[in-house]
Amino acid sequence: MRARVFVTLKPSVFDPQGKTVTDALHTLGFAAVRDVRQGKYFELDLDALSADDARRLASEAADKLLSNPVIESYRIEIVDEVIA
Amino acid sequence: MKFAVVVFPGSNSDHDAQYAAERVLGQQAEFIWHKDTSLRGADAVILPGGFAHGDYLRTGAIARFSPIMDAVRKFAEAGGPVLGICNGFQVLLEAGMLPGAMLRNRGVKFVCEHVIVKVEQTDTPFTLACHPGQTLRIPIAHGEGNYYAEPDVIARLEKNRQIIFRYTNAAGVPTDESNPNGSVANIAGLCNERRNVVGLMPHPERACELAVGSADGLVVLESVVRAVKGGRGAFSEDTFDLMTSTRESVLGK
Repeated sequence: MRARVFVTLKPSVFDPQGKTVTDALHTLGFAAVRDVRQGKYFELDLDALSADDARRLASEAADKLLSNPVIESYRIEIVDEVIA
Repeated sequence: MKFAVVVFPGSNSDHDAQYAAERVLGQQAEFIWHKDTSLRGADAVILPGGFAHGDYLRTGAIARFSPIMDAVRKFAEAGGPVLGICNGFQVLLEAGMLPGAMLRNRGVKFVCEHVIVKVEQTDTPFTLACHPGQTLRIPIAHGEGNYYAEPDVIARLEKNRQIIFRYTNAAGVPTDESNPNGSVANIAGLCNERRNVVGLMPHPERACELAVGSADGLVVLESVVRAVKGGRGAFSEDTFDLMTSTRESVLGK
């Protein structure tokens, strides 16, 4: 079982890194790129759990450590696959 | 009096803090490893600058779970004075002991320079020896000092006078040019509602002798020495009057 956790800055929060990447892409000619928001991606390899339990656990980890609720929000995907 | 200087793996301003407390101010300062669980009778706690746990994940995000933080929290809840400097401020934010969070600097770069900060409030144990409105020239050294909180939180901080330091120009005016990192409302430091926990991004402990370019930061540490000697280690509502009279006697000199 694998949980994917995507942590992103809240829309109201300015993202200096995303702005810098946007500017760089514009310099490179990617004129169609309107904006870039940079975030964090975590893969949690979990012991075999039900999908609900995996989501609960990942959510707890995201609340407690992986994200800061003052500036960030997160989204979780559960992938039912065997990790080699 | 005795300072506890908490040492996290990656702290780098712990020795600066100890030097300022012991060699410059003539007080005791004991290093406390982050895995310890006791502050060993300290009268004031300093969470120093640096890069605790490599700043991995987010600044202060892992340090807030260090065993010593339970003792720091209890100490603060009992009214003890706690100062978070730079990375220590970031730890206090992550720990929820102060409101808000830090973002990457507006200009993305790590900024290392002397700045001017204005002392906005003097009724904290770390500013009681300051003149109201006094400007201090002290260094900053950080990549993530862009203070952020939601507008309602900022409004509450303003109302409660919890904004203790602001980046300003030499005339003490908070301008966009004098804001080195993009912090909301030019906030360089703030306190909790009880006013005994203070965090700031600039490094007063690195500006305690003219030999290093400025001694303006000394007043911050001097303040807490006075607060502790007057307040017997605990900063409570009752010590406000004492602090005020102390400040007046300092200013009267």
